[in-house]
Amino acid sequence: MHRTPLAALHQALGARTAPFAGWEMPIQYSGIVDEHRTVRTAAGLFDLSHMGELWFTGAGAGDALAYALTTDPRTLAIGRAHYAMICHPTGGILDDLVVYRLGETRFLVVPNAGNRETVAAAMHARTAGYAVTMDDRSLATALIAVQGPHAVEIVTPHVAGADPAALAYYGCTDAVLAGAPGMLARTGYTGEDGFELFVPWEAAAGVWTALLASGAAHGLKPVGLGARDTLRLEAGMPLYGQELTADTTPFEAGLGRVVKLAKPGDFVGRAALAAQAEPTRRLVGLTLRDRGIARAGMPIFLAGEETPVGMVTSGTSSPTLGVAIAMAYLPLAQADVGSRVEIAIRESRAAAEVVPLPFYKRSTQPRNRT
Amino acid sequence: MSIPEGLQYSVEHEWLRLDGDIGTIGITQYAAEQVSDIVFVDLPAVGATLTQGKPFGAIESVKAVSELFAPVSGTIIEVNTTLGDTPEAISNDAYGAGWLVKVKLSAPDEAAGLMDAAGYARHLGQ
Repeated sequence: MHRTPLAALHQALGARTAPFAGWEMPIQYSGIVDEHRTVRTAAGLFDLSHMGELWFTGAGAGDALAYALTTDPRTLAIGRAHYAMICHPTGGILDDLVVYRLGETRFLVVPNAGNRETVAAAMHARTAGYAVTMDDRSLATALIAVQGPHAVEIVTPHVAGADPAALAYYGCTDAVLAGAPGMLARTGYTGEDGFELFVPWEAAAGVWTALLASGAAHGLKPVGLGARDTLRLEAGMPLYGQELTADTTPFEAGLGRVVKLAKPGDFVGRAALAAQAEPTRRLVGLTLRDRGIARAGMPIFLAGEETPVGMVTSGTSSPTLGVAIAMAYLPLAQADVGSRVEIAIRESRAAAEVVPLPFYKRSTQPRNRT
Repeated sequence: MSIPEGLQYSVEHEWLRLDGDIGTIGITQYAAEQVSDIVFVDLPAVGATLTQGKPFGAIESVKAVSELFAPVSGTIIEVNTTLGDTPEAISNDAYGAGWLVKVKLSAPDEAAGLMDAAGYARHLGQ
């Protein structure tokens, strides 16, 4: 079991921890609902050091990533990031990731913790013929996120060599973070404005402690993976292992925009993905009209029918909206907003309605949203 | 950690308050703290039958579902309907306002197999 460099601090903060993707991670501190609301109204501090960090450098880095991934990182300006997929040759999703461009020939790819090794192996194999070097820095890099409307004020005093307020949404830059050399990005997974701070493993405790100490005056609290999950679900963001699997395609997940079929050169999965661009089912948002909470794995039916037409991939009671929300795959005929279905919850069925995603959208957007 | 005397406890962290052959059932404060942030309680209707050791409902947090297991067998004669609007009563007052159901026991001898407060404290490792 891996432990992040902040494990002792989490323990001192009274965190409840659990194994997640091979890591002992904080699930909650003050409580999931309290932490969730803190991120929506002030800001939360997250230890995401379990995430992977794969660096690609060399004259062929852009071409290599364009071949390995569904997007075209060659089109990224230096100091910009984008969301991408790495697909199997079948078109199924191997992982979703964020690609950051820090230089002409220098990129960072951040996969999910649970997929880090398979993504690293696939990237190693797929980029072998290119003038590029892959450096897996996952176990030497800590990732600390500050997410919420107060994030700019909280992060700014600890940044040298860059101006957080001037960093655009999905912007990234090298910077000195609480005295440590690192990378600052205006990215996140909560539906709020915020930053992700990539710092050396040994600097993580100092960065975390400095942020928490000065951020408390702005309402900053530590937030665990429990609230991270409810936050991303309200924001309609898919999670690998739930909405995204080897058996789902980016088009079914509504992520066709990150599959650049027209980019120059071949890429892994292209032929299969080109044939999947018109899916027969789609990822939808659902709200329950009856009492109850839909959970992952619960089957979905048309009223009165006995054969399921879909399955819930994630579900919770939305702390912000006060209703039960879920994501699910449904056939196109049932996937339009307003469509009514039934979800089997234990012994009974609850009525649910297809609603637009995301369930929650923050009222003010940082500029230059991409 | 509150473990009141005079109640009986199951290994699944339910409590039972006996009054003749009528039993009131809830979950312990320990269980409520483990669930945390209780947002929904799924209980059967009056007239439903419980079987000792079998699931009869669920308590849900934003994160997870926890099944409820019947500490005794019987027929439900009353359900705490106030929990529909205030499920947090279970966290705030597990042994009082947070009670779940009242049952008429069908096999009163079953209660003898439950733990007393001291036994439950040992079960929790206290």
